[in-house]
Formats: sequence, structure tokens, C-alpha cells
Amino acid sequence: MTLIAEIQEVAKRYPDPRSAILPALRLAQEQYGWLPREALEQVSEALDLSPAYCMSVASFYDMFNLEPAGTHTIEVCTNVCCGLVNAQAVLEAFERELGVAPGETTPDGVITLRAVECLGGCSTPTIVAVDHRYRQSVTPEDVSVIVEELRGA
Amino acid sequence: MAPETLVLAGAEERPVRDLDSYRAVGGYAQLTKARAMPPGEVIKLLIESNLRGRGGAFFPTGRKASFIPTPDKIAKPVYITVNADESEPGTFKDREIMLRVPHRLIEGCLIAAHAIQSKFVFIYIRGEYSAEYEVLQAALDEATAAGLLGDVQILIHRGAGAYICGEETGLLESLEGKRGQPRSKPPFPAIEGLYASPTLINNVETITTIPVVLEVGPEEFAQIGVPPDSTGTRVFCLSGNVVRPGAYERPHGITVRELIYDIGGGIAGGRELKAVMVGGSSFPVMTPDEIDTKLDATSLGQKGLFIGSGVITAIDDRACIVQFALRVAQFYMHESCGKCTPCRVGTRWLVQLLRAVEDGTASEADFDLALDVCDRIIGKCLCVLGDSAAMPVASCVTKFRDEFRAHLEHGGCLFGADSSLAGLYAPVDQHHLAPVAHEAGL
Repeated sequence: MTLIAEIQEVAKRYPDPRSAILPALRLAQEQYGWLPREALEQVSEALDLSPAYCMSVASFYDMFNLEPAGTHTIEVCTNVCCGLVNAQAVLEAFERELGVAPGETTPDGVITLRAVECLGGCSTPTIVAVDHRYRQSVTPEDVSVIVEELRGA
Repeated sequence: MAPETLVLAGAEERPVRDLDSYRAVGGYAQLTKARAMPPGEVIKLLIESNLRGRGGAFFPTGRKASFIPTPDKIAKPVYITVNADESEPGTFKDREIMLRVPHRLIEGCLIAAHAIQSKFVFIYIRGEYSAEYEVLQAALDEATAAGLLGDVQILIHRGAGAYICGEETGLLESLEGKRGQPRSKPPFPAIEGLYASPTLINNVETITTIPVVLEVGPEEFAQIGVPPDSTGTRVFCLSGNVVRPGAYERPHGITVRELIYDIGGGIAGGRELKAVMVGGSSFPVMTPDEIDTKLDATSLGQKGLFIGSGVITAIDDRACIVQFALRVAQFYMHESCGKCTPCRVGTRWLVQLLRAVEDGTASEADFDLALDVCDRIIGKCLCVLGDSAAMPVASCVTKFRDEFRAHLEHGGCLFGADSSLAGLYAPVDQHHLAPVAHEAGL
């Protein structure tokens, strides 16, 4: 199924097709890895919206990549609950291991590192979302294993 | 006396995810009971139970449902939206509920749909919750296949990373396919909500408590906890510097001390408690002399505190309270949708002022300036996001003024790299923003 057909299928489930813009942008991002102009045009075509409108919505939400991103993402929660038990050390370990700052992608385009706000896993800090799957109670010692795992995948 | 575990009943040891296991612990019996009653009767039971919203606003659930016009009064469809956009720092109860008793949430949705005669339920789940979405969707598929939905549709809608979409009108905007910027109220969602139709909006924990109310009966439910205002249990979110963090369901009225020391095993490493984030990061912080306060709306209210989403985050004596206030303010600055000036600009002011305190470049007058900024935010925006930055910051400045002052005398942070929050990165640092005011202007 083409992306446009897939989006239109999802849109049928809503009383108003515009409501399907978040699932549509999610599908487009899964296909392109981020949201280039072409992806936004596909979404706008599928939902009968303008590309500019789709861009205005995409830019509001943190999970949409408006720039090329790595094949894998590592997101470290740095809100206070994780912060109280050393999230900063976990983030720094990832920065050292990957050689990039938060918000950046490794030069080989494999891994994007991000610092994110509370992920809702406060009883098992530090929470690290690896490709949007939560790893619990992550410590700086776990960092190299996670990175190796992604590089090997 | 009812058992302590009600919302998570049956799932104390392991999750109850499949339909058969849920039926084995009495699942969907309350739906059958509710559907045998006239819809208005179900609302009456909820009013009698005095169940109140678990999302933070504590609004009476039955009364809210009673505001929705009945089909004979309005030609439009009526909707239910379940707020599963759990993003309040320190909060993880809805995630626990969805992972442990997903069918109880669905049963609650169906009972609520019967009560207000709605045919369409949206569950707005935060975009970051992948496993939770899958567990909930699997339960929904099972319930659908078993014919439990009847003529009701339930659609799980995934967000995409925006704290503000947990605000009810921001959620509605987002669900309509727009940027999640809150609306001006009135009209309230019960009258003009989703697609300008009457809409009932409830938090996951609230909806999941509805089958419980029917099971134990409204009179008995109304006796659990601290009647008349704080009835029933809460799934408390215990985190921070405690020995045993976790989600603990207990009746309203348990004290912060009992949660931290008896249930949570006390402060890790035998350290001293310095402050407690109660209700979430959106509320004033609690000091150690207040920890015998009962966790109910009235007892907390007498101290200017809030029960919020049931958060208890213990902060030990290694933390610099200025760094804590700064990190909280940075969160709200990052999440401000930008619609209302006091919030958009005020959160930036607070971050800038707190950073100056932390660096030791502020002056005593800046404390009052920070309090003044808080005062110019609170109650002056369309939603409470700005207030949520102002209240904790103002409480830190007021309750820990000596520590703030010591930063100025010391010419910077007293704790330095030894603070548990030292150097904590904030996502807002990924943006490059000009200062809101020059030093000369301060």
C-alpha cells in the first residue's frame, strides 16, 4: 500500500479526516526517517491539507524530526526524578561514547542522541528510550552495551 | 472495610492483561450491571460516590458527566475522551494502570459511554508510550472480538510529544488535528468540546475507578479515604531518593511520611529529607516539617498544597534547591505552547532569574522580582501551564529563601558539583534563545 492510501485508511476511522494528522505524520516519518518536504506533501495530499499546515502541526510536537535523524534514537530522561539519581551521568556517558552532544546525530548517521523531558518511568530511573522502547534503571555502566547493541543491529 | 487495592485489584503481583484473566477477577461484571441500569442512574451512583478526577483538577466526576446533554436535548453526537497523555513530571500511575489492568480501563470507558449515551470514545495516549499503546490496543482488540463494545467505538489515538496536550482543551485541539494550544473557556468541553460537540474528558485513573465504584457500591466507596471530599484510593507515584520507589495504591489520607518511610523504606543511603515534590512538579514543594500532612485535598489545601496526580518525589539533602527550581522552570519553558504572553515570556524570565541566582550574579531584589513574575503569570493565562511553573518556583523562593540568599553571599552555588542535580541538562538548552531582558533592564 502506498503511504497516501495507508493514511487515508487510518483517516476513515475518524469523524473528521484532519484528526488523522498525527498518525499520518507518524507513518510518514516511519517511511522517510524524518519529515522532508516530500513527506509533508504526501500527508497533505492524503488529508487534503496544505503542506504548510502539516508543517505547522509537525513543528509543534517533539517526536517529529524536521531534520534528518539517525537510524536509531537514544533518548535520555533528564527531568528531576531521573536527575535526582544521576541521569546527568548517564547522558554524559552517552555523549562520550557517541562523541555527540544532545540533539546531534553521529557522523555515520546511525544514532541520534537526545535529552528529553519526563518519560513517565520515575520509579526506575534513569529511563532511556532506545528506539522508543524504555530501558529502566540505566546506569553509566550500561551505556556502552546499549550503543554496541545498536551498532551491531 | 474494602481492601486497599481497588483500581489495581487482581494485578498486585502480575499484570492482568488478557480477557480471560480479567474475567477471572470479576472483569466486565460491572459493565453488565451498568447496562442494565438507566444511564442517569449510573451518573447518580458516581455523584453519590463523590469520585473526583485523578488528573490533577479533582473535579467531581459524576457532576462532570451530568453536564453532558442527553440525546433528546441535542442533535449532535456526544464524545468521551480519555486523557492518557500522562506527562506530568513524577507521574507514572496511568502507565502502570494501562500495563497492569488495561481491560479495567476499557470497562470504565464502556460504563461511562453508557452513562452519557456516547457512541464514540477516544483514548489519547502520549506518543512516547509504545509498549503501553500495544498492551492497550491488544486488550481493546480482545474486547471488540468478544462483542463487549456493543455499538460503541473506542479509538486509541497516539500523541506526538507535547505536555500541553494533557490540558483538556489542548488535547481536544490536538485530537482535531491542530497544534495542541488550549482554548479559551467557556464554552466548556461538556457543551462544546471535540468537533464542537459535548465531550466528557476524564483521566485514565478516574475512568478505571468507575467499575470499582459500581463494584463496592457508592455508599461504601464514599467511606474509603477521607470523606466527604477525598474518597477512594489513589495510585501514588513514589520516586526520587527513596529506597523502594514504585506505584502504590492506598486510600486518600495516608501521610507523606508513611509513604516515604514505611512503604518506601525511607531515604536512600540514610540521608536527610530536604523537600518533597507533592502532586507533581506543577505545585508548591513540601518541606520536611510538613510530611505528616495527610494526602487528601482538604489537609493539603490547608497548607497551600495540592494532591495533583498523586506524585511523591523525595529530594534528599544533596540537592541544591535553586537547581531544582531552575530545572522545573526549564521544563515549563520548554512546554509552554506560546499562546499566552505571561506564560511564554514569564517562564523564560523565571529560568533567566534562577540561573542568575545559581551563578551568584543575582541580587536580593531579584528574589522579589521572581515572585512578582510568578504573580503576573498565575491566573492570567488560558490554561494553568504558566501557573504550574510559577507555583513551585514561588514556593522554593519563599520556603528556601535562606538557601537562595546564601548563593548570593557565596557568589554561586554552595553545593557545586556535589549537588545531586548539578549540571542537569534540560531539553530547552537545545534551543538557542536570546535573553528576555538585559541586565540593565533588570
